Amino acid sequence: MRTIIYFLIGIIFGIRMFKSEAASWFRIYEMFQFKAFHTYGIIGSALVVGVVIVQLIKKFQIKSFYGESIIFHPKARSTPRYLFGGIIFGLGWALAGACPGPMFTLVGARYPSILVVIVFAILGTFIYGLLRKVLPH
Amino acid sequence: MIALVMFLLLMVGKNFGMSANLRTMCTICGADRSSDFFRFDWKAQRWNLVVVLGAIIGGFLGSYYLSTETVVDINPQVVENLSSLGFESAGKAYLPTELFANSVLTDWKSLAVLAIGGLLVGFGARYAGGCTSGHAISGLSDLQVPSLIAVIGFFIGGLVMIHFIFPYIF
Repeated sequence: MRTIIYFLIGIIFGIRMFKSEAASWFRIYEMFQFKAFHTYGIIGSALVVGVVIVQLIKKFQIKSFYGESIIFHPKARSTPRYLFGGIIFGLGWALAGACPGPMFTLVGARYPSILVVIVFAILGTFIYGLLRKVLPH
Repeated sequence: MIALVMFLLLMVGKNFGMSANLRTMCTICGADRSSDFFRFDWKAQRWNLVVVLGAIIGGFLGSYYLSTETVVDINPQVVENLSSLGFESAGKAYLPTELFANSVLTDWKSLAVLAIGGLLVGFGARYAGGCTSGHAISGLSDLQVPSLIAVIGFFIGGLVMIHFIFPYIF
């Protein structure tokens, strides 16, 4: 049952990524050129609603559908890790025009070439795992 | 809608973060033999792989059944700008055919762009501890400073790539 819920959530996400054009390379390029509000609108509106949701959950200590407490994991404080990691991610995001959600959506949208991006993203994650101990965190 | 996805995942006791799946896939491929980082109970992450499967099916449904027209109507100035870089498909397609048409699978330059882009995304996402969903949506929704730093990083990287590196590549 829970598996079906995750599957349906994924479907909503996939449809939204495709239909909102957040999965389009062109929209990412346009965003970094500051030539349209489109992608900022998608992220911005999600963020406004998201902040309200999270604050409400915290304030009223809303429980999950299964009656468990909803726990937010504060991320460890650090600057180099988020800044350097973020910059590297941003370079790739602008080049490949896809982040780790939409790249899977594009598989379903029948663009086989995106598999190259996915395979190398997995490889990139693997390389990080190997180098993790020598990188500043 | 994206906030709805995050909300639903919170309500079933999970966190919204897509790039974690890349790590899980490494472990499934046997990366746990090479680094401690991949030694974790990947089965506890199966739910997230199901979300990925849904995202793939959602992409199919969105493109096949829910769209008659998938041309992305970007700003005409951007079309002009991309044309000058050699992207003739700007304003005429969902993805640039110069990078994503099946024929590019035999074109070393396009392949290199996709491969390097993928490498940077995978490496950067894990180094930063999250991607657009984990930091820009989940983390910022929780008003976390680390996520703000990461998102600023995403933009520095993206802007540098588009404005300073693209002219040398294309």
